[in-house]
Amino acid sequence: MKLYCLSNDPNKPCHVLTFREITMMLDCGLSMQSLLNFLPLSFVQSNRLLSLPNWMPNDTSDPDLEGELKENGDRVFVDSPPEFCPPLDKLVDFSQVDVILISNYLCMMALPFVTEGTGFKGRVYATEPTLQIGKLLLEELVIYIEQCPKASFATQWKNFLRKCPYPLNEAFTPKSWKHIYNMTSVNASLSTIQMVGYNEKIDVFGALQVIPASSGFCLGSANWVISTEHEKIVYLSGSSTLTTHPRPMDHHALKNADVLIMTDLTQTPISNPDSMLGVLCVVVGLTLRGGGNVLIPCYPTGVVYDLFECLSGKMQELGVSNCPMFFVSPVADMSLAYSNILAEWLSSVKQNKVYVPDEPFPHAMLVKSNKLKHFKHIYSEGFSTDFQEPCVVFCGHPSLRFGDVVQFIELWGNNPRNCIVFTEPDYDYIEALAPYQPLQIKVAHCAIDTSLNFTQANKLIRDLKPKTLVVPECYTQPPVSAPNLTELVIGNHPDSTLIPYKWGEVINLPLKRKQAQVFVDPNVAQNIIPIEVKPGISLSTITGTLSVKDNVHNIQNTSGDANMNKPVKYEWGSLNITEFLQKLSQEGITDAKVESLGGNVVVIHLQDEDALIQLEENSTHVVCNADEQLRTKLRHIVMQCLKKF
Amino acid sequence: MPELKVTPLGAGQDVGRSCILLTMGGKNIMLDCGMHMGYNDERRFPDFSYITDGSLSPFIDCVIISHFHLDHCGALPFMSEMVGYTGPIYMTHPTKAIAPILLEDMRKVSVEKKGEQNFFTSQMIKDCMKKVIAVTLHQSVMVDNDIEIKAYYAGHVLGAAMFWIKVGSQSVVYTGDYNMTPDRHLGAAWIDKCKPDLLISESTYATTIRDSKRCREKDFLKKVHECVDRGGKVLIPVFALGRAQELCILLETYWERMNLKAPIYFALGLTEKANNYYKMFITWTNQKIRKTFVQRNMFDFKHIKAFDRQFIDNPGPMVVFATPGMLHAGLSLQIFKKWAPNENNMIIMPGFCVQGTVGHKILNGAKVVEFENRQVVEVKMAVEYMSFSAHADAKGIMQLIQHCEPMNVMLVHGEAAKMEFLKEKIQQEFNIKCYNPANGETSVITTPVKIPIDVSLSLLKAEAKKFSSLPPDPKRRRTLHGVLVMKDNNVCLMDVDDACKEAGINRHVVRFSSTVHLNDSGPSLATAHKLHGFMKDKLPQWSVTFSEGEISVESVLVKVEGDDDENKNVYVSWTNQDEDLGSYIFNLLNTMSQ
Repeated sequence: MKLYCLSNDPNKPCHVLTFREITMMLDCGLSMQSLLNFLPLSFVQSNRLLSLPNWMPNDTSDPDLEGELKENGDRVFVDSPPEFCPPLDKLVDFSQVDVILISNYLCMMALPFVTEGTGFKGRVYATEPTLQIGKLLLEELVIYIEQCPKASFATQWKNFLRKCPYPLNEAFTPKSWKHIYNMTSVNASLSTIQMVGYNEKIDVFGALQVIPASSGFCLGSANWVISTEHEKIVYLSGSSTLTTHPRPMDHHALKNADVLIMTDLTQTPISNPDSMLGVLCVVVGLTLRGGGNVLIPCYPTGVVYDLFECLSGKMQELGVSNCPMFFVSPVADMSLAYSNILAEWLSSVKQNKVYVPDEPFPHAMLVKSNKLKHFKHIYSEGFSTDFQEPCVVFCGHPSLRFGDVVQFIELWGNNPRNCIVFTEPDYDYIEALAPYQPLQIKVAHCAIDTSLNFTQANKLIRDLKPKTLVVPECYTQPPVSAPNLTELVIGNHPDSTLIPYKWGEVINLPLKRKQAQVFVDPNVAQNIIPIEVKPGISLSTITGTLSVKDNVHNIQNTSGDANMNKPVKYEWGSLNITEFLQKLSQEGITDAKVESLGGNVVVIHLQDEDALIQLEENSTHVVCNADEQLRTKLRHIVMQCLKKF
Repeated sequence: MPELKVTPLGAGQDVGRSCILLTMGGKNIMLDCGMHMGYNDERRFPDFSYITDGSLSPFIDCVIISHFHLDHCGALPFMSEMVGYTGPIYMTHPTKAIAPILLEDMRKVSVEKKGEQNFFTSQMIKDCMKKVIAVTLHQSVMVDNDIEIKAYYAGHVLGAAMFWIKVGSQSVVYTGDYNMTPDRHLGAAWIDKCKPDLLISESTYATTIRDSKRCREKDFLKKVHECVDRGGKVLIPVFALGRAQELCILLETYWERMNLKAPIYFALGLTEKANNYYKMFITWTNQKIRKTFVQRNMFDFKHIKAFDRQFIDNPGPMVVFATPGMLHAGLSLQIFKKWAPNENNMIIMPGFCVQGTVGHKILNGAKVVEFENRQVVEVKMAVEYMSFSAHADAKGIMQLIQHCEPMNVMLVHGEAAKMEFLKEKIQQEFNIKCYNPANGETSVITTPVKIPIDVSLSLLKAEAKKFSSLPPDPKRRRTLHGVLVMKDNNVCLMDVDDACKEAGINRHVVRFSSTVHLNDSGPSLATAHKLHGFMKDKLPQWSVTFSEGEISVESVLVKVEGDDDENKNVYVSWTNQDEDLGSYIFNLLNTMSQ
């Protein structure tokens, strides 16, 4: 069993696992850190961005590079449509991948890169919410980028990386970066997905069984249990033990695995989501009361649902409930609608609401009462009439490189009464804001990451007791942001062997299959005659016709085949010479001459006949050149002196 | 051989009060717990005294409800709260949401309108629903350590499911009511090739092959339109949820297209609430509705308004949907009594009516209906039957059998004569046994067993290696031979050497050797080659190999020795296990030498 690591970002994981001749991709995350090196895309000309000075390395005067790089403050940005870092395609041929398992909608953004134009012929498994919401995220991304076409694509800068300043010079494998896919490949890619339910047992070519188990992280998020009759591998991706809107995490299914692959832990190891939410509410309240606007860059789904619920309540308390909330995304309407029809995937509190019947999320009510207004874009019909300040705006993209958020920063960036609040943990907010600097707007950092933190992860490992634990190498060291906090690691657990891995590595996992399963037909089973060879230990031979279909082994009766019908028995123990000689003489063979050859080897010569019998502790050799009659007689006597099963 | 036992307490050669007892692997499972609409006495509910006179809990391991129709869940509160059952009840989320509303509705009609005694109360419905565990499609649910269940989409009504049930090596599929063709708001039933030992299928339309749905819809719309045009009133008795929504969609679009003005009413305040369930469980509807629900919710009706009792006597044309669907009680019956004597009016029965109901009587052409209070109603209005009921027809039932490949089929929820016909057909076409027990009659079905045992991988691999090394021959059988080791409750099949090691004993190998003298000049290697060819010829089913001058078949070794002169010694040696083969080869060579 081998594990290939294809993604550099443990929070946008992509692995390939090979086991029982099945090649299985675990998640298909797309690392988007590359975005931060690009200039923001604006669908209205931004004079400020346009007027940024070109940047050239000191000693270079390549005309092709001219205009590709722009400078702002101490940062250099690429002026080009953004590029993404897809999963490594050198280690595994994607056309050989049989199955892709998707854990949650945040871990499937690279799917079109893997399934389209690669010869991929396999199947993708994901839950219904993962598919539906993942589709929204993919669509939003494509729309954001396609609505701001750029005249030229920068290519030369990748040849001058070493001459660029930090952080561009440390960009991860920029030569492998790709431009975004289009809607055609998104749709083609999504059509390979087969929807599955929690705890649905999915058969993979008869060789493996995979089961998605609720992971509590977001709508439809799952951990995967991959098993045979004797082996169990658990792939744990985005999981949460906190109580938010999704169905709670199913621990039970993950217990006692031979191998536990653990990834996608929190990106904010130091802060606590609850206190962050508290800070957020305070910041929003203060800003609105001071007449400022709040800008919350976010994904169109996920924690944002909890924010609607929490903030609307808090705004009521603080007496600023007359300030509207705007939710701007090309998929805002779809996201709000879908979240309220996926009751079966929600926490029981939310689920029980549909029995009334009420909408599980309060945002349906907020929309009805005009407290929450949603628009596809800020240029959509009705937005300018409905728009009223001060207000709270939720919009994408959290990288601040495209989407309506770019316009809102232009609009509100120079007013210190306004506030931008970072809630999504995916991007470093200082890097995200860098191309816009200098800004007057207040900045609050309240990243809310509900996935497992290190304490929770270590506790989970203690509970689950995997034999082998496989984690990204970076989880075995304290976070870069807090090198002194040595407790923020996945430590050694006495019951588990820890194997770290990193990008581009192929790990041999210590799972040696020793046993498989066969189904025995009752007719064959009837012939089983257990012989007790020792107290509590019985043996019996089995012979049958083997049929193998879809990797399932069956043993049936060998009817009609004369050669096979006789049950084969085995002799065991040692032969007692005295007893043997006695039996020989009973059968009329009295000329036996016993000769010891040293050790335990004894040869018995039958002088009158052309025969000898060599006896050792664990073997008997009858050499007989005379007629068959004598040999048969001798065989009979030998058999009488030995035990059989 | 292990057995499956199935006893219908209801729905055996009958439609109504579906309730089927299933015994498998020592577990007792109740499939549906319905009531019979045609009766007002104790025959209304299944006869639970068949099981026991006291509490059912010790005798029933779980109850599974297929969908929210009362003939499938109507007796549930009676069974759990009045007869006594504390175990788990399984149903899908939409069924869990909608069933209590229909139960309450029915309770009100029975107790408040008909003044029935000894009926379950509202509280009992609530207490009963607390015992319900909701399941999602395809989720594998362990009821206890042995019973595993899984729901499949059945189409019939919102949330309707077929259930696959497995105990040990036995498995059963119970279809509930299902529909194999998608309709205006639901998709078609679907099941995978799960090869159950028994498929228990409904057979409401066992002998019907329905014409195309479009034609029936056109027919329906034409009739309604004609009646409204002549100023008549149209009564459509329906259940609050299910068919009603489909017909509403149909009429709504037609009214819009034809610009009709006659009012359409939907009785009961339930309309909006009912439609809300459809909105919330949109994932259970068909592809088209799911795709468009964000832009336009199919269940927001413009033309259909709420009905008020006072409208009954309003002049002029109107179309009214009223519950219940079989005209056995409630508002639909009240309206019927008023409208029936007028030949301008029309009643359209869009679904099946069980025997004993007014619906059943008028469908059979009754021109006069007499009621319990001696009231007599003349039926002059046009009576139309429109089969919109989403059951599988004969073709659909055959399709389902083909999809899931059961070993046996049992027909329930249908009329005896029609079942007989379909039973014949199933037995002929699929060559499998088909049962249709009457209520209280037990069918016993034996099932084959397959015993799973562990096997050492090296044994399997050795076999596979050996098999693939042989030239391909489609007729050749693969043989697996090994030793079963039974030790501390572990059973594992392995090769003999591993087995001896595992058991801690020493195998004793007995070998026989004999020599044949052969007259053949030339080098001994040439003789060996000759023998190899000869043996291959004689033992076509065996793998005869030749290496380093030695010929081997299984454990039999043949070695040729001697100088280039005429005489060669041919040694033949074999282990006791290959005695038959060894002595056969020895004799073969012996005969050759003579």
